[in-house]
Amino acid sequence: MSVSSLQRFLDRPLSLRARLVVFVGVVVLAAGAFLPLWRIQLVAPQYAEGLTLEIYAHSIEAGNDGQDLQEINTLNHYIGMKPIHEADFVEMQWIPFAIGVFALLGLRAVAIGRIGSLVDLGVLFSYFAIFSLGAFAYRLYTYGHDLDPSAPMTIEPFMPVLVGRQQIANFVQTSVPLSGSICLALFLPMLVGAIWLTVREDT
Amino acid sequence: MTRQLPTLMIGGLIAGGLALAGCGAPGSDTAPASDASAASQTYVPPGGLDEYYLFYSGGHSGQVYVAGLPSMRHIATIPVFAPYPATGYGFDEETKAMLGDYTWGDVHHPGLSQTDGLYDGRWLFVNDNANNRVARIDLRDFKTKQIFGPIPNSSGTHGSSFVTENTEYVLVATRFSVPLPTGRYAPPSAYADEFSGMVSGLRVDPETGTLSVGWQVLTPPFNWDLGSTGKGPSSGWAFWTSYNSEMAYETLEATSTQADRDYAAIVNWRAAEQAVREGRTRTIGGVPVIDPAETSGVLYFVGVPKSPHGIDTDPSGRWIVASGKLQPVATVFDFEKILTAIENRDFEGDVRGVPVIRYEAVVEGEVPVGLGPLHTQFDGQGNAYTSLFIESAVAKWRLPPWSAEDRADLNRVVTDKITVHHNIGHLVVGGSDTKAPYGRYLVAMNKLSKGRHVPVGPSQPETSQLIDITGSTMTMLYEAFTEPEPHFAQILKADAIAPIEVYPRAENTDPNAVWTAAEAGVSRSGNQVTVKMLAIRSRLVPDIVEVTAGDEVTIHLTNAEQTTDMIHGLGIGGHNINVIVDPGETKTVRFRATEPGVFPFYCTNFCSALHQEMSGYLAVKPR
Repeated sequence: MSVSSLQRFLDRPLSLRARLVVFVGVVVLAAGAFLPLWRIQLVAPQYAEGLTLEIYAHSIEAGNDGQDLQEINTLNHYIGMKPIHEADFVEMQWIPFAIGVFALLGLRAVAIGRIGSLVDLGVLFSYFAIFSLGAFAYRLYTYGHDLDPSAPMTIEPFMPVLVGRQQIANFVQTSVPLSGSICLALFLPMLVGAIWLTVREDT
Repeated sequence: MTRQLPTLMIGGLIAGGLALAGCGAPGSDTAPASDASAASQTYVPPGGLDEYYLFYSGGHSGQVYVAGLPSMRHIATIPVFAPYPATGYGFDEETKAMLGDYTWGDVHHPGLSQTDGLYDGRWLFVNDNANNRVARIDLRDFKTKQIFGPIPNSSGTHGSSFVTENTEYVLVATRFSVPLPTGRYAPPSAYADEFSGMVSGLRVDPETGTLSVGWQVLTPPFNWDLGSTGKGPSSGWAFWTSYNSEMAYETLEATSTQADRDYAAIVNWRAAEQAVREGRTRTIGGVPVIDPAETSGVLYFVGVPKSPHGIDTDPSGRWIVASGKLQPVATVFDFEKILTAIENRDFEGDVRGVPVIRYEAVVEGEVPVGLGPLHTQFDGQGNAYTSLFIESAVAKWRLPPWSAEDRADLNRVVTDKITVHHNIGHLVVGGSDTKAPYGRYLVAMNKLSKGRHVPVGPSQPETSQLIDITGSTMTMLYEAFTEPEPHFAQILKADAIAPIEVYPRAENTDPNAVWTAAEAGVSRSGNQVTVKMLAIRSRLVPDIVEVTAGDEVTIHLTNAEQTTDMIHGLGIGGHNINVIVDPGETKTVRFRATEPGVFPFYCTNFCSALHQEMSGYLAVKPR
């Protein structure tokens, strides 16, 4: 493919059906901003009902009317883990903002979009997704490794599991992505699908 | 029938009450047909939950005990009239003030609050027979919230704490008449003229449950015994039995048992309420009292054979059953006939201005239930169950309406009998005092447990026995040894309430509560030392409290936990102090640090892996 044919490809306006798919993608993306992204649950014999944290783009919702967060922090102080405070999560301010930007760019593509704008959007969104996931993993790593040496209990630094389950002392930790993450994850294939639809309808 | 008493009954009394060794080989006559079948009906596996609460009175222990049914397992103790270090009751300022100078009470008859004649799961009221008090337990947190008393003009609140159908009033009556107002002297020999009885209703605030005096009705010095509230046709009425219509004041055993009948009080409490509202009262002991000789339409008497004890209204509200301890019958009154008799002034005289309703006009029948009948409960299926103290049994019998054949021989309506061990007092069927009893189980609360348990020395526990009443014959299921001493009990479906398990932090309005270590600390003003102390796993903050001998120390202890069962305590060595705080709770304790020295304090309620480390020092410098 020559440079000029690539340019023609990128400049090609989106088909009507592609615009519809992008529009649905924006709605799904926006939903992801409000739905829970991740659940971390801790289960032990004396916590059979589990201590639960649900992570949203904008907040942490703890189970049992918010009490589970206090309980997790109280337990974690024994191993010297830093207390989890919602205010420390700066990403909870910029992630909703970023999702808003992507939604606006998506709407712009619906209105006046060409394939090139979807490519830009897809590249930026992929970077956002990978960065966010990486930041989340790094946070978990930090919580598990940055332990106060003067804490009552000394344990080997550990990496809380990102997806799946593992035993930490008397707790079984389970971590799973939820509907919000699925919504965010769907955005990218929908952009690709819109490009494909435009290409297919033109040939 | 009402006069067949003497030799048979005296013999029965001696056999049943005095020579209990003769009461049969334990278990031989009442062992269930199949132990395995009974076991499967009561077995609640580890981790399983009971279906019902049993709230039973702890008698002179002053407490209320909570067990589960059908397992009969003791689950919790609710301290009411006596200090209870296990929950720190009676050590902090609030509960100390509630107990006043008393360290005991005599809990007899728990009564659940009702709405529209059904348990509403809000409160449990209990009486203190000894010190004339009634307490309210909130079923949201199973804690005593109010101790009301000493109730004016009341002494020996035995006929309590029966609750009206919309919790308008809790009944109170004097078991022991005294000269009124309380505190006045008169020689006991002037008993009949100078002493007075009183039947009362304590008003219950519909929002807060707060108790206050509603109405009081002056009576002759009979010994008011047990009560019951009306519903249906008897809505707005209350009933009490009495003994000692002879108005004897000494050697009551003989002197008060001469008459063939004693009186039951029939009180129109709506009329009493109105008389108070209209000021047709006089003031005695600071509260309005209705003199029935001056205000008619409030109080009536009817004779009950003989030395009656229990009086119970059936779920329909029409049949009132009273039992004479010394007459082997349960007497059934028809409340509709009582209303007609009152309307037609069908009286056989009066006692000090109180009309006595003609017995024959209102009695439906005397059911020959057995020896020493005390209390009657109902299953809502038309059956009544009467405890037989002397006979050590429960009789099951059919309520009216009765056929002509039944009436000709009321032995026909007694359909079953089961032996209990031994000397049953009260019995309880779930919801018997509501218009829709649960039926299903009956708990017999027996006074003597002789031979039923491995020996524990001369201080013997009581037995309570669980009986299945779903079939045509009663089946003994289980037996538990209940804390001394259950009088009456209430059964409540477990799913009728949803108690909290922590005090939500947002509800804590104590200005001295602290939630973080940063807020905790010690401040001083003159010789007043105030400590705001935080309890959280596994620290008490501050854990060093320095004071000077002679200082008055106030500790506000907050449990900052919000997780179920994370209870902390503060026991201070050498100071007779133990405060227990539930999650989210703040309590205050005040004491004078008199002696110099260093006194350890520590968390008394085992909380966490580092519970032992949860300690500190109260360091008292010499002045």
